Amino acid sequence: MRIGVITFPGSLDDVDAARAVRLAGAEPVALWHAEHDLKDVEAVVLPGGFSYGDYLRAGAIAARAPMMRDVVDRARQGMPVLGICNGFQVLCEAGLLPGALTRNGHLHFRNRDQALRIERADTAWTSDYEAGQQIVVPVKNGEGRYVAADADLDRIEGEGRVVVRYVEGNPNGSMRDIAGVTSADGRVVGLMPHPEHAVEDLTGPGTDGLGFFTSVLKAVVAA
Amino acid sequence: MPRVVVDVVLKPEISDPQGQAVLGALGRLGHDSVTSVRQGKHFVLEVDGTPDEAELRQIAETLLANPVIEDVELHIPKD
Repeated sequence: MRIGVITFPGSLDDVDAARAVRLAGAEPVALWHAEHDLKDVEAVVLPGGFSYGDYLRAGAIAARAPMMRDVVDRARQGMPVLGICNGFQVLCEAGLLPGALTRNGHLHFRNRDQALRIERADTAWTSDYEAGQQIVVPVKNGEGRYVAADADLDRIEGEGRVVVRYVEGNPNGSMRDIAGVTSADGRVVGLMPHPEHAVEDLTGPGTDGLGFFTSVLKAVVAA
Repeated sequence: MPRVVVDVVLKPEISDPQGQAVLGALGRLGHDSVTSVRQGKHFVLEVDGTPDEAELRQIAETLLANPVIEDVELHIPKD
């Protein structure tokens, strides 16, 4: 199975994301933001980093890149898309996910291993977890505070769109401890923490993050 | 060349930790009369010909601001 990883100017974690894809048993395909060719991939990962230097708003300019128009079209037809950190910001800016990410409440960059609770184990990217399961993956962001108007948050919660939630401490002041959300069809997932940094014991806090990348293999076969 | 100004501010219900940090600094400088600070963005656009308000509003609401969290104010010269 071919999974695309899009590189934008300022992406940092595209190589780690590709490595996670490979460790999960799929073939990572490097995609360049300025092109219009998704190269027959069956799913896409938007990696972390600081696309366009976070100018204007984090993810705002990347969300309007040529390749993102193809991603939005395909995502609306059910192609699985995972946005990590800056990739999550891009997905919110592109209108594929609800809410927005803003400057951390305490204004500091936060970089640590973070406990998360899986709230939805039936999305394209989380089916290898159990609902309620607790995992630990790194979090590292300066603009990771998930926000939306209260009425929108009620709707997001009511529709079961929260996929992962911070536990044992909220690193950035995200409203209702929301760490990641999904689209109505469960195919598009975005989260601020970095599962791709927790796929090998040697280089991460464990392998808790690998499940995101193995889950999607089944999602595509099932589709 | 007509100059259009677009101000972008966070919606009132979205908290603004940067504005609060500025307010805290003002307090430490003795400026106790300031009770609230909201930080925003100010764009100055130079436009060819007569500014098209509908187009400028679209620019403001689809790129310059994120309508999920921000409001925009357009200032278009009238003459």
